[in-house]
Amino acid sequence: MQVTAVRHADVLVVAVTGRIDYMNAEEFKSALQPHLANCVAGGDKVALDLSRLEYVSSAGLRVLMIVAKDVRARKGTLVAVALQPVVREIFEISRFTLVFNIFDSVQDSLRAISPAAAAASRAG
Amino acid sequence: MRVRFWGTRGSLPVSLTAGDIKSKIVEALLAAAGRNLKTRADVEAFVERDLPFPISHTYGGNSSCVELDIGTEEYVLCDLGTGVRPFGLHVLARKGPHARCTFHVFMSHLHWDHIMGFPLFPHAYLPGNRIVIYGCHDGIEEAFRRQHAAPCFPVDFSRLPAKIEFVKLEPGKRSRHAGLDVTPMLQLHSGDSYGYRFEHGGKVVVYSTDSEHKNEDAASTQEVVRFFRNADLVIFDAMYSLADTVSVKEDWGHSSNVMGVELCQHARAKHLCIYHHEPVYNDAKIASVLKETLRLEEITREGHTLRISSAYDGLEIAV
Repeated sequence: MQVTAVRHADVLVVAVTGRIDYMNAEEFKSALQPHLANCVAGGDKVALDLSRLEYVSSAGLRVLMIVAKDVRARKGTLVAVALQPVVREIFEISRFTLVFNIFDSVQDSLRAISPAAAAASRAG
Repeated sequence: MRVRFWGTRGSLPVSLTAGDIKSKIVEALLAAAGRNLKTRADVEAFVERDLPFPISHTYGGNSSCVELDIGTEEYVLCDLGTGVRPFGLHVLARKGPHARCTFHVFMSHLHWDHIMGFPLFPHAYLPGNRIVIYGCHDGIEEAFRRQHAAPCFPVDFSRLPAKIEFVKLEPGKRSRHAGLDVTPMLQLHSGDSYGYRFEHGGKVVVYSTDSEHKNEDAASTQEVVRFFRNADLVIFDAMYSLADTVSVKEDWGHSSNVMGVELCQHARAKHLCIYHHEPVYNDAKIASVLKETLRLEEITREGHTLRISSAYDGLEIAV
């Protein structure tokens, strides 16, 4: 499991790669948290790019719920992007589609949450 | 071993309404339109084969009660929700009111929905019957006595003619009762609950209801996986969605279908039976939860196939 980030203006696109289960969920949480530190009202917006996430278990979803609740309390913006079909189904069955705004692609999410970031992404 | 489900609903018994029945009949007649159903046998075959379960049947509404039948004369039950009443009536119909029966009952916990069937369990009122109630809680006898006391119920516990005994079990300690090897496990639930691992003749049935799995650390997950290890059947509280159990219903003491699939996959259990259905769910909703659970197992399967069922009042599973 890997977590990496790329900035486009005020948006951090945080890409998650690999599998998350109960054995590495805490590691995932620790890897994610620095990227969410400034995800507050007027601060960074975060798009979780899950296009390379192969599988997420309930333990990984629990981490996503914790960070989603935390960001919501700080009035920040956190969205999920480009879920693979299996992960999309896991989100649907576990009702996490009700927890996250989900976009089909990074560009779609940038257009929705930050036109400036969408423009920066296209430029560069 | 045969496992019979007499009550499968969580928290509160429920019943179909007149509107629910009418809706099922309308759906069934619409499905039957244009078919050549001339005899009763034709109709019965159509109902069994061609109608979806939530139209032709119901998951039922009695609260928790499950029978383990190992082929002996004595009866073994888990919990005494309202399902124990139809169970008792069934035994009465088969054996008559003068038979002297012994019942062994393993209690997950003492919340109302798990004990509320006992005041109307017919065999408690028939002399010569013996009822042995096992559990790990302190005060288990007091909970039953309080339920019978005025003003809640007209017949005090002390006036019940059956011989009623209480046996305290220890979590994690395997012991032999009623022909079964029984191991209780402490579970996360308000006031504690206990799961049971029953072993008989090389077969394993796990009864794990009213248990929240918080997924906060790998060690606690592995402990549950060990308890479920290679079980032939796991009866599992899947009352809520996973999202609910980690948000609005966190600490309500229940689990999800997603958690059940994962734990059984890790434990390489053979059969998961989702149980303790949310009382606000109708038959169509419970059937859709089953369909999603089957799909989850399919897309997350890694070599080991897990059979999945949804419990209903009247279901019988051969183990």
